[in-house]
Amino acid sequence: MAFEFLLEQSVQYALISGIAIALFCSSVGLFLVLRKFALFGDALAHTAFGGVAFGLFIGVYPLWAAYVISILGALGLTKLRQRFDISGDAAVAILLTTGIAVGIILFSITDTDLHLGDDDHVEEMGGIENVEEAHEEHEEVHEENGESHDEHTMDDFRDMTHAHDMEEFLFGSILNITPENVIMIFVLCIAILVILKLIYKKLLYTTFSEEQARVSGIPVEKINYLLIGMSGVAAVTSMQLVGVLLVSALFVIPNVSAMLYGRSFKQTITLSVSFSLFSVVMGIIIAYPFGIEPSGCIVLLAIAILMGSLVAKGTGMVKTAGIMKKRA
Amino acid sequence: MLLTFYRFINNSGVDFVMIVDIEKLSVDYSGIKAIDNLSFGIDEGDFLGIIGPNGAGKSTLFRCMLGLHTQYDGTIKVFGNDIRDSRKYLSQIGYVPQKPVVDRNFPATIREVLSMSQNSSDSKKVEEALQKVWMHELADRRIGDLSVGQQQRVFIAKALVNSPKILVLDEPVTGIDQYNKDLFFQILGELNTKEKISIIWSSHDLDAVERLANKVACLNRTLFFHGVSEEFFSDDEMLKKYSETSMQMHMHHH
Repeated sequence: MAFEFLLEQSVQYALISGIAIALFCSSVGLFLVLRKFALFGDALAHTAFGGVAFGLFIGVYPLWAAYVISILGALGLTKLRQRFDISGDAAVAILLTTGIAVGIILFSITDTDLHLGDDDHVEEMGGIENVEEAHEEHEEVHEENGESHDEHTMDDFRDMTHAHDMEEFLFGSILNITPENVIMIFVLCIAILVILKLIYKKLLYTTFSEEQARVSGIPVEKINYLLIGMSGVAAVTSMQLVGVLLVSALFVIPNVSAMLYGRSFKQTITLSVSFSLFSVVMGIIIAYPFGIEPSGCIVLLAIAILMGSLVAKGTGMVKTAGIMKKRA
Repeated sequence: MLLTFYRFINNSGVDFVMIVDIEKLSVDYSGIKAIDNLSFGIDEGDFLGIIGPNGAGKSTLFRCMLGLHTQYDGTIKVFGNDIRDSRKYLSQIGYVPQKPVVDRNFPATIREVLSMSQNSSDSKKVEEALQKVWMHELADRRIGDLSVGQQQRVFIAKALVNSPKILVLDEPVTGIDQYNKDLFFQILGELNTKEKISIIWSSHDLDAVERLANKVACLNRTLFFHGVSEEFFSDDEMLKKYSETSMQMHMHHH
């Protein structure tokens, strides 16, 4: 059966986590895109990379360290930005490069036997170098048996995504997600969506016009910090799905596509979530049989939707105002 | 009661409710005085036109009144309360900015923009506010698709959703065509006379101020006239002084 792999637990975990991540990343991302802060998710993910390295360095569960470091880093930089009037794009660049620089140094001086999840696979093999050797041996066995590289089993897939801790963080490792990770992602998803529902009006107003929101008595600073906190959680969590390098894709691309069609805010956020869900679910489903990295597949699908939307818009198949509208 | 009103009797013996009381207000930006020792009051029901050349401190005065700029000397009381003590007064103030900075791609309809206001859960209020500014037929259009004049009317409607007692408008018709200007002024006049909303409005348009405002405050970092509109516009010396100061400030800025 062609879709038999969907019955595999790891694929199911990946799909459940992917759906949750798609939901909150696109929702939080829309507010960032509208604030012209699209790359903020990227900066947070890179800070999280530094956080992961810091966690490994001090022997703390890397994901927790990533959550704490990326949120604290973002909040600290926001405070500095307000105090010293640093522009948004410069703040993103500072956060992004600091995270990566700290990550590279700490990774280079840390024994990377520790792993993102509680996967015993690496430990059983005695560390990363042995995993690589095992992977090479595995490939040789395939060749000796006359099997094509295209005929991948679930073990192959795991081997590929387990190659390096650093690679996992950089490129994502959704198929290695553990039941504990699934529960955590699900709980975080519910928490973010509930907070968004509770502060929706104030957040939208602050995004629309910070000055007017302030005059209306809305605690703009608190709302902004809350958005930064949610973005930090969303970025670190989605890092497991698409990796540090592609996190901003989940925040930005579905939203830009949705803004081409949306006639209202509600319509735009609904479309964005739909595009995001479609990309993530189909990305995982397509990636598995072809033995390709799900993260790349997810992002390219999102790009395909964007390109299709731009063509539809450009040829006049869709008539809505928005990004493509000619300025008067 | 949330707000405490205080009263005073003016010389003619008529009761007035002073809703805004500014005393010895001074604002300093990096050693340069933007406002210097400004004192005046605004009565309930006033349609006050604040005039003055560019850089006279009109926007700074509004920013202080609206709690957007808090580094000032002196006191500002709104409805009898020092605005430094509480921000609750803001729920009674509607604000229309100088030029609406609306991103053309912002995917919100007019109705959604109005729904961001505090009392917007009452959809009847949203509809009423839209009708008052004659924008109800465009309620489902995206805000970015409107002209600047239409956007300004939406911002008035947005302020009206909260049933404000005071409407503050910072040069609201800059860059708006004559038709939309006239419409805008007509709406302001109706809000002042029918809805009894006090209006504080800064403008460069002396003709419009003469036509609409019952009071005038002439500002050039410090106050050099505050009183009845007719008094200001019938005083040739005052008008001459105003135009000379405006010209000097204009030359200074260029």
